[in-house]
Amino acid sequence: MEFKEILIRPDKCTGCLSCRLACAAAHSRAGNFLGAVAAGEKPRARIFVHRAGGKNLPLNCRHCTDPPCVDACVAASMHTAGGGLVTNHDRQERCIGCWMCVMSCPFGAIRDSGEEDPRAVKCDRQCAPGDGLPACVRACPTGALTYGTVDQFSASSREEFLRKWLQC
Amino acid sequence: MKSHDTAVRVMLDAARDQGAETVWDRHAKQDPRCGFGETGLCCRHCSQGPCRINPFGEDPQKGVCGADADTMVARGLVRAIAAGCASHSGHAKHLAHALHKWAKGHSDHYPVKDEAKLKAVAGRMGISGEGMETRQLAGQLADLALKQFAEGEAPLAWAFNHLTAGRREALERLGAVPTGIENTIAEMLHRTHMGVDADPVNLLIGGIACAVADYAGSHMATDLSDILFGTPQPVASRANLGVMDAGKVNIALHGHNPVLSDLLVRAALEMEGEAGEAGAAGINLMGVCCTGNEILMRHGVPSLTHSISQELPIFTGALDAMVVDYQCVYPSLVAAASCAHTRVITTMGMAKISGAVHIEFTEENARESAQKIIREAIGAFKSRKGRAVSIPEISSEVTAGFSVEAIVGALSKLDPADPLKPLIDNIVGGNIQGVVLVAGCNNVKVPQDENFLGLAKELLARDVLVLATGCGAGAYARHGFLTPGAAEKYAGPGLKAVLSAVGEANGLGGPLPPVLHIGSCVDNSRAVDIAVAVANRLGVDTDKLPVAASAPEYKTEKAVSIGTYAVAFGLPVHLGVVPPVLGSQTVAGLLTAGVKELLGGWFIVEPDPLKAAEAIFGALQERRRGLGLASRPW
Repeated sequence: MEFKEILIRPDKCTGCLSCRLACAAAHSRAGNFLGAVAAGEKPRARIFVHRAGGKNLPLNCRHCTDPPCVDACVAASMHTAGGGLVTNHDRQERCIGCWMCVMSCPFGAIRDSGEEDPRAVKCDRQCAPGDGLPACVRACPTGALTYGTVDQFSASSREEFLRKWLQC
Repeated sequence: MKSHDTAVRVMLDAARDQGAETVWDRHAKQDPRCGFGETGLCCRHCSQGPCRINPFGEDPQKGVCGADADTMVARGLVRAIAAGCASHSGHAKHLAHALHKWAKGHSDHYPVKDEAKLKAVAGRMGISGEGMETRQLAGQLADLALKQFAEGEAPLAWAFNHLTAGRREALERLGAVPTGIENTIAEMLHRTHMGVDADPVNLLIGGIACAVADYAGSHMATDLSDILFGTPQPVASRANLGVMDAGKVNIALHGHNPVLSDLLVRAALEMEGEAGEAGAAGINLMGVCCTGNEILMRHGVPSLTHSISQELPIFTGALDAMVVDYQCVYPSLVAAASCAHTRVITTMGMAKISGAVHIEFTEENARESAQKIIREAIGAFKSRKGRAVSIPEISSEVTAGFSVEAIVGALSKLDPADPLKPLIDNIVGGNIQGVVLVAGCNNVKVPQDENFLGLAKELLARDVLVLATGCGAGAYARHGFLTPGAAEKYAGPGLKAVLSAVGEANGLGGPLPPVLHIGSCVDNSRAVDIAVAVANRLGVDTDKLPVAASAPEYKTEKAVSIGTYAVAFGLPVHLGVVPPVLGSQTVAGLLTAGVKELLGGWFIVEPDPLKAAEAIFGALQERRRGLGLASRPW
């Protein structure tokens, strides 16, 4: 099965930050938002929303086909798992916290875990049961975050372009 | 599961077949909910925002002005209390105007109906009434009522005169003493403006004072309604969609204030002939939400449905008019009625809905407006001819009308000299383990009635007497809990024995219902009155009684305010929907624990009805042990 990507339509992002809360909650011990807040947990979001050039831009790991973070990892913690996933969630114990991955990621999608003994954490897709929608996509109220194959995304972009072009 | 009410489920299928949208569809479209709003960590009080605070400790941790999570959550909560207080007391003020206008001769439509209650209320408020005629006494009481809204020098009398001495002292110690209703609301708006009160504890104390002001407004609304329209006495009726009658002019009265609905009940009686001329077998009035409770309690008018299912009667095709005043009236009613012949009629200048028919209702033109409204409904009935109707044949028997006076009256059959004694003896002896007031709304986030039913079944089986108001009472009405038969079915042996003894002493030929319908949401004041009377009789404060409250499916700001005054009066208060306070551990901690040290009451937040029942039962047992009474395990 083709790997599905979280692909972004920045024009639709209102900057509500719901994706960040949902991502953090999905990575909490409670596993749900109110439960994690009530328990005083501090799980870290692995998606970011920045404002640049007058636009809001949600950004997370691009799960590169040729990931610089994997090349940079000296501890064989960051790796390419099956189906296109780039992750270290299943090899956290190997991470030595050297931040080579952080420096090599062109998108700034990797961060420290915020724990006393910090490790590198990033979008690891451990937020959706089975084949479900990633938590950030599920939480997005406007459709700025989409989940599908690259070809599905480019097809919808073409359709949108053609609609606009024909209207002119 | 959207609803436990079979009639509602039938109508949801009909709505789907008609391609109509309901509250449940809009609820689904609102997902995903915003986590900042859900936890109270969103502030829109100035235009430097909207500001949010990340509940997981990441940036941002402060609003632009520097307000932190504690300030933001506390401000949001007390604004909700102020809105709730404004709603109940707006309702009360409307009644005070009605009484005032009749007393001063400006309107003939609102004569005093219950003179005994007028005298009793005047007495409690320090007006002797000796040698006064009814109109003069009514005028003095109405003047005093209207003065409660402005800032006064003393503690707000309509609240403080209806509390124990111990409670008055506790509120004074805390500094939660309102001096007037509207100045307290205004002060809360002031304090929550950008750059005013930022101390969460100070804000919460202000919120408690505002909730006490809400109690004054609510109590006034109950008192004046009883004076104007009669103090409820036990009455038999029915509830649920099956109370519609295809052959009659079906008029639903929805909203809250009997100033409108009671007049419509009178006008409908006068206009049966007109309905007959239009080919109808009569006029069938039915209630929705608390207006429904007001006219059920006083006139036995059947209840149609409640809260989140308010749109559904329209899809039967048989509802000719939905007449509304204010509060809890969904603006979606107009869209729901757009494909039907139903007229949605708004009546209050301060509560209009685009697309509705507006017939302005004032104290002076009450009779004419009431007639005009019913004429509009008769017109709609005529236009219904030939159209298909489908009414689910589902309704339950109801016994309602349990005002404090009615309860004391029933108990006095057991002990005329000391009516509270049988109640107290049975609490002491353990036949009644405690009393729980179940109040509040339905909330679309909860399958309709699920928490009400789960909670009552567990509590009744353990000999806990349930009092109900508002849409909670509505839920119990629709599900057959307000019947003598329900005592047989649900009450534990001790409770059943008490209900049977009271029933027999009153010649009812059966037990009292195990859930006593004590009225609308302003009538939560009736429950406080019973608690205060029992506390005074025992010589303890209300925070020592085995009495609790629950709003298991609440949704409104009014409910937040009621819950807060119940906590202020020392009761454990259960909420079945998580309020937007989790973003501040300080505020959440104060509400669920810290406040107990100060006032004796506290909030129990538990969405699961069975766990909630266990927690409430535990709180009652704690109180029983405190009084030296035998306690029981869960």
